[in-house]
Amino acid sequence: MSAARRWWRGASFRFAVLYALLFATSMAALGGFVYWSSVDVIERQVGDTVQAELRGLAEQYAERGLPRLLEVIEQRSAPGGDTDNVYLLVAPSGQHLAGNLRSWPEAAQPDGEWLRLRLFRTLEHTEPVTVGARAFELRGGFRLLVGRDMGARESLRRTILEAIGWGLGAALLLGAFGGWLLGRYLLSRVETVSRISRRIVDGDLSQRVPLSGTGDAFDRLAENLNRMLARIETLMTGMRVVTDSLAHDLRSPLTRLRSRIEMALREQEALHPDGSGTGQEAADRQVLEQALAEVETIRGTFDSLIAIAEAEAGLTRVAFDRVDLAELVAELAELYEPLAEESHCRLRVALDGPAAVPGHRQLLAQALSNLLDNALKYGCQGGEIAIALERTGGEALLSVSDRGPGIPAAAREEVLKRFVRLDESRSLPGSGLGLSLAAAVATLHDSRLELQDNAPGLKVVWRFALAADG
Amino acid sequence: MRILIVEDDAKTADYLAKGLDEAGHTVDCAADGREGLFLASGSDYDAVVLDRMLPKLDGLAVLQALRAAQIQTPVLILSAVGHVDERVKGLKAGGDDYVVKPFAFSELLARIEALSRRRTAVAAQTRLNVADLEMDLLARRVTRSGKAIDLQPREFKLLEYLLRHSGQTVTRTMLLEGVWDYHFDPQTNVIDVHVSRLRQKIDRDFGLPLIHTVRGVGYRLAEEA
Repeated sequence: MSAARRWWRGASFRFAVLYALLFATSMAALGGFVYWSSVDVIERQVGDTVQAELRGLAEQYAERGLPRLLEVIEQRSAPGGDTDNVYLLVAPSGQHLAGNLRSWPEAAQPDGEWLRLRLFRTLEHTEPVTVGARAFELRGGFRLLVGRDMGARESLRRTILEAIGWGLGAALLLGAFGGWLLGRYLLSRVETVSRISRRIVDGDLSQRVPLSGTGDAFDRLAENLNRMLARIETLMTGMRVVTDSLAHDLRSPLTRLRSRIEMALREQEALHPDGSGTGQEAADRQVLEQALAEVETIRGTFDSLIAIAEAEAGLTRVAFDRVDLAELVAELAELYEPLAEESHCRLRVALDGPAAVPGHRQLLAQALSNLLDNALKYGCQGGEIAIALERTGGEALLSVSDRGPGIPAAAREEVLKRFVRLDESRSLPGSGLGLSLAAAVATLHDSRLELQDNAPGLKVVWRFALAADG
Repeated sequence: MRILIVEDDAKTADYLAKGLDEAGHTVDCAADGREGLFLASGSDYDAVVLDRMLPKLDGLAVLQALRAAQIQTPVLILSAVGHVDERVKGLKAGGDDYVVKPFAFSELLARIEALSRRRTAVAAQTRLNVADLEMDLLARRVTRSGKAIDLQPREFKLLEYLLRHSGQTVTRTMLLEGVWDYHFDPQTNVIDVHVSRLRQKIDRDFGLPLIHTVRGVGYRLAEEA
């Protein structure tokens, strides 16, 4: 993945976007409220004032007639008064009678509704202005218009809108930056935890998550993780002690048993170096030799079980080195080639360049040798065993294929488990732990062992993920 | 050879002493780590068989103390801990070989006898020979009765190992370790077929066989059977 794409998909980026959106939304909501409560409310108040004034003028007219109305309008629209106030009284013919508006606007219906007009107030005005007004028809066909110049309100509206715009921009920037910072902070703390857990998974149980000392949620998480780790470490150490002492307690009597049998055999040999002796002595010797072989079987099984348990516990990961799989395959192929030839089997090797993985050379070699042992033991009648190492994408595929009877699909998962042996193979020597050990070693190396149909025969595929620089 | 056995299990120690004595060695025994360290640093042994888990002073601690005191007696660690990494730990601490219990006495004997040889054979040798078989390590050439024998690289290494231990019995696991550097039990007879191939080249066309099979144990390269 490229750095840009990783950044794009990263948590910091998502935090930045989320925060920017959140900030912008709250800023827009706040701005909207300010806008509505200032601009809209002002306009409504103006509308109410105009309505009251119109009603007042209509009453003046009704009570005291046209001359009084003319007088009031002249008075109110005199140059000394509030220039924002707009008045106009026209005769039924439309002729201008009084007021500071040049002529009756065509759009103005005299029905008392709130109007917004754009017009030139007098001949001197070169710019049209916005006027909020109400018009009313008086008795006798006279029409009266009262309004307010909304210029001030317009500039207020523009100022507020501008402020909202700037605020929104700043909110977006601050939000993005803050989100990014927060994301990076959270990520760095999570990253610490995940880096430490990775090392623990790799077998280093002494690792602990560092605390920042602030006692925040992350510290509490780290504390709980550390407590859990301490517990796991205790359990693992316990397991180690158990396997070690079990090993000791079982190996010591086995050593004595084996010694006794060997001593008895040596005494017999000292008595009859040429293998002669009575029939009873020959029978005794046979029993002793069988017993020795059984001790050897027990030891083999025991060693494999301990090795599997230890591989599964991941304790050996600390001893990992860089191992070139190609070199390992070549070495083991060379080791097994004469044996294969003796079994009238051709060992075909196909290597596809070096493929280095972090690993335990001895365990990998043992696992691979188990696979080759199995192939030779069960798959030799096909006349050919193929061992291959391919590199595809980020993977290295190590495979051992034979042309023997293979393993039925239903039993393939089963044989990777401990002690499972197929009925047909019970008569052959072996503990049934060879494949399980290989599977445990595969797990230890973060790789996977798969059994496939080689049509005919068995193909064991071992899938390794390669490091980017491998 | 004078051999010191440091082993807390009395029966195993007795058995070892008896077997080594029968094989013609002089044996002393120590039942704990402190006594073992005392004996090993006091007199000159050809080899020490050292148990890993000992009362009073752990086997590895004994070994480290010996090495710190510049006592270079070859040490074979005898351990009930079979793990591969334990083996590495033992060798790192200054051990020369590592055998896991339960062991076959023949395997242990072969390894002890190989140990003492190791100390004397450290000096750089450029030629190895047994009877009329000669190996030139610099020219990487092998001749028998003056006749050149063509060997594969691995066969050369195998023969070199046998020559370096000529007259001694070497086991299959010793060969897998010494020639291939793998420390697991060969399940099948992989090693035997390598030896029999080598035998074809070394012995077939010559009157006197040099590679002998030691029944149930391994092989020996020597002039006489």
